[in-house]
Amino acid sequence: MNVLELHYDVPGDDFTRAGEASSAIKNKLKQMGISPNVIRNVAIATYEGEINMVIHANGGTIDVAIDSDAVTLLLKDTGDGIPDVELAMREGYTTAKEEIRALGFGAGMGLPNMKKYTDEFELTSEVGKGTEVKMKVYLNK
Amino acid sequence: MKVKDLINLGFESVHEADFERDVICVYCCDLLSWVMGRAPADSAWITVMGNMNAVAVSVLADIAVIILAENMVIDDAAIAKAKEQGVNILRTDKPAFEAALLIHNNLDVDE
Repeated sequence: MNVLELHYDVPGDDFTRAGEASSAIKNKLKQMGISPNVIRNVAIATYEGEINMVIHANGGTIDVAIDSDAVTLLLKDTGDGIPDVELAMREGYTTAKEEIRALGFGAGMGLPNMKKYTDEFELTSEVGKGTEVKMKVYLNK
Repeated sequence: MKVKDLINLGFESVHEADFERDVICVYCCDLLSWVMGRAPADSAWITVMGNMNAVAVSVLADIAVIILAENMVIDDAAIAKAKEQGVNILRTDKPAFEAALLIHNNLDVDE
């Protein structure tokens, strides 16, 4: 089967547009007739990633590849990076500022949700250079 | 139950996208990531978070209807987003717990 590839740029510091890439990906998967469960998992993972990029990294990119086995997501940013990945993965841990928390974000659930809703999750981060998250959601489970 | 049944229970319509949509349970929380991760699909989500990010969460997590508790206001940008994305929004003067209890007690209404 052919691989369908999609690319999205996530603008930094713009909460009004956060979620646009995730919505576009969701609609694309719907058009392709992919099962609602898979779509929901992908949507949650990409939205959390998108929000993280807006809050912490001044934006980034999302690349999506869809083949007969899985939806593969690659999220990249050139933000400050994560000094302690293990700590960042802990539910409830957040470094979001007060004004961000007032919008309802910064619950410390972003990365844990991304891991929870995907079948493969791999995060690499370098302080001062940025963060990359690769995730896969299998089509047939 | 359907979203339209909530109107009969006294909830006020803020934005109607598809009131024929089924509601299978209730979920209460204001932290968006928490809602993303835990709110079941097709739930009625009760919150005081009336902004466009709440609308985005609702779309992505397949929530049936956002219910603004305690007469919380929602900004115009969020309403515009709800129109664009087809999101149902209702409002009530009840606190979250009372609103949730009322919906929960009526969930089986047409079954």
